[in-house]
Amino acid sequence: MTLPLQPTLSHYLVLGAFLFAISVVGIFLNRRNVIILLMAIELMLLAVNLNFIAFSYYLGDSAGQVFVFFILTVAAAESAIGLAILVLLFRNVGSIDVEDLGRLKG
Amino acid sequence: MAIPFNLTPALPEMTLLVSACVVLIVDLFVPESRRQISYWLTQLGLLATAWFSLYVFHETPVHTFGGTFIADALADLLKFFSCITVILTLLYSRVYLAARGLFRGETFVLMMFSLLGMMVMISAGHFLTLYLGLELMSLSLYAMVALQRDSDVAVEASMKYFVLGALASGLLLYGMSMVYGATGSLDIDRVAVSVFTGNANRTILVFGLVFVVSAIAFKLAAVPYHMWVPDVYEGAPTAVTLFIGSAPELAAFAFAIRLLVGSLAAMWVDWQGMLIVLALLSMIVGNVVAIAQSNVKRMLAYSTIANMGYMLMGFLTANVNGYSAAMFYTLTYVLTTLVGFGIVLLLSRRGFEADQLDDFKGLNQRSPWYALMMLLVMFSLAGIPPTVGFYAKFAVIEAAIDVGLVWLAVIAVLTSLIGAFYYLRIVKLMYFDEAQDQTPLEARFDTRVLLSLNGLALLLFGVFPQQLMGMCVVALTRSY
Repeated sequence: MTLPLQPTLSHYLVLGAFLFAISVVGIFLNRRNVIILLMAIELMLLAVNLNFIAFSYYLGDSAGQVFVFFILTVAAAESAIGLAILVLLFRNVGSIDVEDLGRLKG
Repeated sequence: MAIPFNLTPALPEMTLLVSACVVLIVDLFVPESRRQISYWLTQLGLLATAWFSLYVFHETPVHTFGGTFIADALADLLKFFSCITVILTLLYSRVYLAARGLFRGETFVLMMFSLLGMMVMISAGHFLTLYLGLELMSLSLYAMVALQRDSDVAVEASMKYFVLGALASGLLLYGMSMVYGATGSLDIDRVAVSVFTGNANRTILVFGLVFVVSAIAFKLAAVPYHMWVPDVYEGAPTAVTLFIGSAPELAAFAFAIRLLVGSLAAMWVDWQGMLIVLALLSMIVGNVVAIAQSNVKRMLAYSTIANMGYMLMGFLTANVNGYSAAMFYTLTYVLTTLVGFGIVLLLSRRGFEADQLDDFKGLNQRSPWYALMMLLVMFSLAGIPPTVGFYAKFAVIEAAIDVGLVWLAVIAVLTSLIGAFYYLRIVKLMYFDEAQDQTPLEARFDTRVLLSLNGLALLLFGVFPQQLMGMCVVALTRSY
């Protein structure tokens, strides 16, 4: 059975662009929770990975897929640091609301 | 077993990595009272790295590790200056760190790993190395900002830095994926060839370029990507602020050169327009908002934003003269910041942060020599001859006029006039106001000597700028 619509490069790129846009909106419009910010950051990196893999397949060049492995590894290190800072934030401020990050202003 | 590639171009990086690991292990076995052992080991490692950076001066670019790593004259020079900057940062902040319980192995190791990231970035010949260097630098910096674990402002600054920094890496990667899609390669040289011959899809390239330029603007702290700078500068411990405000600026310059000149030089018409907007906004917003600040660290943060605007003005001319003017500007700006924050560090004591403008009142009565050094810093930042800031501003403005951007040069001069107001306000506070506390500033002997030499260098390079400028021109012409 073949699908009525074969996915092409542009489908993947549009999906990547949507995911990327959702994550940027998630970072800027999110007024509630810092954990949601961390999730948005992860989503952003995954959107980029999708782009790289789509291009890599389309170009028949494996460098893009290798890059994705590195991005995944760095993303893991990044969330480890992010969560560590989050724990410190909770200890010091007693909340992880984005609204409570207002001490530094000017 | 023979190693399939040449390791010598990466000698400085390997030296630094080995010394960072040595410090990490030695520090485990050093008792609290002997912490200076790890400190001196760190300084030794940094000195060795600086020496190896210039040990083999690369007349022509050398590629290794399958083209992912480049050693060229530009990289040698920038690596050397980054090492020297970190050495001075560590030296100036020793007493400050010790007074806050931060004189620990973690601080030294994080600084070294951050520097390693910068050096990898400076030598990047591939998008992958560029990204990995950037992340190594940034992740260490996020942790350094949060080193003072019990301070709520430091942790808040770290969180903001982390979120916005991660956003910037996301933008960079998205841009890189578009460039990859358009050119079919991640190697900087091959991307450059593909863009130059016009084989690449222009629409996708320009779309990618927008994201790449945004990421560069974020790292350089150019408006409108500057939101993190004032908060991080104010919230972080002053020693870390000094670190963030110095060596990473050099790395950000290299980052911009590798991406815009190394790989996308053929699209200079497109990025020139974007950089003009960034430079213009940075000069105006940075200088105007700095006037309203009462916190010195915050004021210097806006000063950084404004200065990066001037630097970009040299960069956007897209010729070697402009690039070398921009490089000269970055190098001398970093030298100036080192002295400025060095004095702020000296003013601080245990349990007291000298980060208000009022803390500078009557510094001339307390310590005339340090007041003179601060005067040189402020004159240099304001661009008053004979300090080096004057020549740096002159060079970038000249470069902009050479390519016909006279209106931009006029705005640069006008905004630097506005900037002179808040720089000279500190001079007025130091020389014409009464001191609230008359105790002279105390400093270790080595700090005193090097801070003075560093301050006098601002004067020396201002009177004889040709040597340093010549080095910048040689570095850029030999590399590109």
